[in-house]
Amino acid sequence: MLRIPCPWCGERDETEFRYRGDASKVRPAADAGLAAFTAYVYERDNHCGWHLEWWLHVGGCRRLLKVVRHTLSHEIHAVGGPEDQLSPPPGLTR
Amino acid sequence: MNPQPKSHPTPARARRVSSGRYSLWRVFLEGLTGQRGWSRAWAKATPRERYRVVIVGGGGHGLATAFYLATEYGISDVAVLEQGPLGLGNVGRNTTIIRSNYFHPQNIRFYEHSLKLWEGLERALNFNAMVSQRGTLNLFHSEAQRDLFTRRANMMRLLGVDAEALSREAVKELVPLVDLDNGRYPVLGGFLQRRGGTVRHDAVAWGYARAASEAGVDIVEDCEVTGITRDGSRVTGVETTRGHITADTVCLAVAGHSSRLAAMAGLTLPIESHVLQAFVSEGIKPVLDVVLTYGAGHFYVSQSDKGGLVFGGAIDGYNSYGQRGTLPMAEEVAAAAVTLLPGLARLKVLRQWGGVMDMSMDGSPIISATPLEGLFVNGGWCYGGFKAIPAGGLATAHLIARQAPHPLAAHLGLERFAAGRTVDERGAGPFPYAH
Repeated sequence: MLRIPCPWCGERDETEFRYRGDASKVRPAADAGLAAFTAYVYERDNHCGWHLEWWLHVGGCRRLLKVVRHTLSHEIHAVGGPEDQLSPPPGLTR
Repeated sequence: MNPQPKSHPTPARARRVSSGRYSLWRVFLEGLTGQRGWSRAWAKATPRERYRVVIVGGGGHGLATAFYLATEYGISDVAVLEQGPLGLGNVGRNTTIIRSNYFHPQNIRFYEHSLKLWEGLERALNFNAMVSQRGTLNLFHSEAQRDLFTRRANMMRLLGVDAEALSREAVKELVPLVDLDNGRYPVLGGFLQRRGGTVRHDAVAWGYARAASEAGVDIVEDCEVTGITRDGSRVTGVETTRGHITADTVCLAVAGHSSRLAAMAGLTLPIESHVLQAFVSEGIKPVLDVVLTYGAGHFYVSQSDKGGLVFGGAIDGYNSYGQRGTLPMAEEVAAAAVTLLPGLARLKVLRQWGGVMDMSMDGSPIISATPLEGLFVNGGWCYGGFKAIPAGGLATAHLIARQAPHPLAAHLGLERFAAGRTVDERGAGPFPYAH
């Protein structure tokens, strides 16, 4: 069971949240071409390590959160709002 | 595409000890002579420096690919590299179900071919894989779901695949344990594929390994791939914990970790890794002789020959490489189980585990060439890799040998994503956690 510290509601069970995928993907410019959009929509780094991802707090404040979570240990390093620039723990990029 | 593959001499081949043909007569004979004639089912090979084809991953798909390469396509200069002992990956950790009840015609044809191969597998491999066609029964709980299942069944029947509609009464007769009028989602009926069923998963790995080894393939255990070497846009081999191995063709069959291996070759795949849990109850007397799925949640169950109920549900729902499940999904599966089969409420769960799977962006697998010449991928199997082992292996072998997709797997190429030809069974869109 994950316990996700929502910046607005405090620490809650994962059952209150919905996972919304990789948050490192940035929508390309409208004229960026097929390869850029294919990469944006379909391709994922999917690495084993620190992962920047979206969670929607459906059972709470209903806001989108950015979370830095480890995909092997499930440890949560940082949580912020959509505009926050979050990064993995220093010295531990993967 | 590839230059004409070179042939490499195989000095190790002569030392191979055959395990011989298994038969009732041999069991009888060995019984009389003190069981001294048995040898290892497959030879524990030491890797050579060079192979025509290196398959990374000694799971079901990797071993099946090697077997069909050697037996159907005449390429036996093949090594299968497995990081640990054989059969401890996903091939030995699934819920062992086989079926071909899909929605898209391409998928129905592919999985139906797999089912046909399962039907003749034990003869082809000379190995008892305990293929049990006990039937898979999918229950529906609403009018809309009945329409959807009817459409799927009609599509299957148009393609010559068996599908049968069952009334509520027929469901009750087949599985007396089902609580038709349960308070949450009363059962309205079901669809039965009688040819579906279960297979003993360990025996699938062992059987393919033995048959491939007999056909001249090197099965190399305890050999982890740590890098993929290339020369420009062409793959040249793999770095392993047992040294560098040169190869004309490298095939990744490491579902669960496809992205990590592909990253070694500088490729990014349309895949996320997720955890799927499975459970086994304590052993009880026979109560369930079909594979049963619940339509109002994600829950499926069958009874093993040892008597334990083998069941599972949906993926945990977020990217994970942790081979363990979390409690919310275990609770959801248990809730579905008790809703559908309240008679089992006091049954104890004996063990539980989680496996890492490739969840692809459209929920369908990937059997494909890659932008790197000579590198092929078999992965993205989502929940359904086990049932696809024979056809997946055959299609991958075809792709490697002929340098062109197998007609039954032509829709599974990586190019489908950019081209907008995704094969999305659930219509869930490019969200792996939703498939």
